[in-house]
Amino acid sequence: MELEVNVEKQHGDFHFAADFSLTERRCGIFGPSGSGKSTLMHILAGLLKPDQGIIKLAGQTLFDSAAGINQPPEKRRIGVVFQHSHLFPHINVQRNLLYGWQRTAPAERRISPEALIEVLGLRPLLKRGVNRLSGGERQRVALGRTVLACPQLILMDEPLSGLDEELKHQIIPYLKKVFQEFDIPLLFISHSLREMRLMTNEVLVFRQGALEGRMLTEELARNSMAAGGEGYANLLELGRPRAVGDLWAYAWGETELILTDPGESDENLFKLDARDIVLFKNHPQATSARNLLACKVVSLFGVNNRVGVELLCSGKRLIAQIVPESVREMEITEGSELIAVIKASSFRKLG
Amino acid sequence: MESFLHLTPQDTHAIWLSIKVACAATLIASPFGFAAAYLLVFSKLPAKPLIEGVINLPLVLPPVVVGYLLLLFFGQSGTLGPFLGRFDIRIIFTLSGAVLASAVVGFPLMVRAIRIGMEGIDRNCLQAARTLGAGWWDTLFTITLPLSGRAVLAGMTLMFARSLGEFGATIILAGNIPGVTQTIPLAIYEYTNTPGGDRMALNLCLVSIVLSFAVLLLSEAIGRSLKKR
Repeated sequence: MELEVNVEKQHGDFHFAADFSLTERRCGIFGPSGSGKSTLMHILAGLLKPDQGIIKLAGQTLFDSAAGINQPPEKRRIGVVFQHSHLFPHINVQRNLLYGWQRTAPAERRISPEALIEVLGLRPLLKRGVNRLSGGERQRVALGRTVLACPQLILMDEPLSGLDEELKHQIIPYLKKVFQEFDIPLLFISHSLREMRLMTNEVLVFRQGALEGRMLTEELARNSMAAGGEGYANLLELGRPRAVGDLWAYAWGETELILTDPGESDENLFKLDARDIVLFKNHPQATSARNLLACKVVSLFGVNNRVGVELLCSGKRLIAQIVPESVREMEITEGSELIAVIKASSFRKLG
Repeated sequence: MESFLHLTPQDTHAIWLSIKVACAATLIASPFGFAAAYLLVFSKLPAKPLIEGVINLPLVLPPVVVGYLLLLFFGQSGTLGPFLGRFDIRIIFTLSGAVLASAVVGFPLMVRAIRIGMEGIDRNCLQAARTLGAGWWDTLFTITLPLSGRAVLAGMTLMFARSLGEFGATIILAGNIPGVTQTIPLAIYEYTNTPGGDRMALNLCLVSIVLSFAVLLLSEAIGRSLKKR
């Protein structure tokens, strides 16, 4: 995918301007509410006309104010998954799913409804009326409906923010699976850093209607450490555990992690706060913590009075957050060998 | 009571004429009513309040005034009368006149009913349809129209019922010609002006009540089946 955007729009008091081009297939649009994320989504989809500029997608001009080109939404082949699913209430799940597919030229239909229904686990719902679906089911149908229109690009506008925490993490595996399986370029709009990290590789950061910066999602996460608040969270995808006494052991790289929470599925997502990792210079002889990992410092990055220590442990990366004084006292530099100590209960299961 | 509900051939004709006028007025007005409601709900025209005012005018004007204005407009010396005359179309004192009078008087009620339903449609659903590849007309017929189905039905019912009862505008524009433009209300009016016509007037009143009630029941039934879908 190649997306080229250079647009301006005055919307009452709000001025929106964006100038960027993208090649990354998983990109995020990040920013607080009122930063213009949704404006950009509407402009790209053709639902809002910019005052001036150009939009090109995969070599095709979708909008060009100078040349007087403005492709209507139905010609752009840009799919949108809205914040609230906006399913058609008068038709059942199956007809909702096929609405876009039926309007796609047969030559462009590269995704089969059967395969998608399987991936999203929608088969039992097909004949159901959309008003008898739960929030998570609605969002899955909305995603399926958009994917089946076989778009060149999918815009997702805060697709998870209408759902509670638990549902959110039930949906994310579906999302990831769909985008892996069908390989559709994604522009993911959200104000949630965690969703961003799970769904995208690169982000455009918007603030007050303007593009403020562009960086790797990982970089954005590290920068957010400076903002205080939640701090950096390590996200760990772990497989099915095996029971070890009252605890659970999960394979992780070449070693195992001991956690208190059982994971019921093949893919379990855990969060580990960077502040919950304690670093030791030498192996502590006895400790109540269950995880002692030998690791090597890959890099150090400082933000305000906190230091992020990027660690390489048995082939996997972790970020620990400590204070500058500890770095000086322990003489931590790149390449230092340390022991990371993590309590079994520090891993929080998401979803 | 020997001739309870005894209807003269003229009465029967008036009943059929009423039904015919009400059906024609409802069917002819429906697409325009839908279009007007759509315009009022979804368009961003600056002249919207003005359009709204014009549409609602027949609701607040005495029907006689509406009839008289139509007469001026469609009459032989009116604005549109001579033009239509060239195509041999005559409105005044004809069945078409009765239909037109009913349609105009009932129009604001119809638009109001459709509009209330349309305002309940989630606009994002329409946008979603567009991004899924449906053009404007496609969206209109597959999303907007089905979603305002119940409201359209309610509007049609109101229009039909209003047409059955239409008197003032009809008598001015179409006259009270038995067999041609005399509908139930006009026939009742004539009976009440005839000595000894009370019984006949009452008979037609009864027919009128039954007819209106049947329409209401039918509309309820259709509405319920639409809701179930």
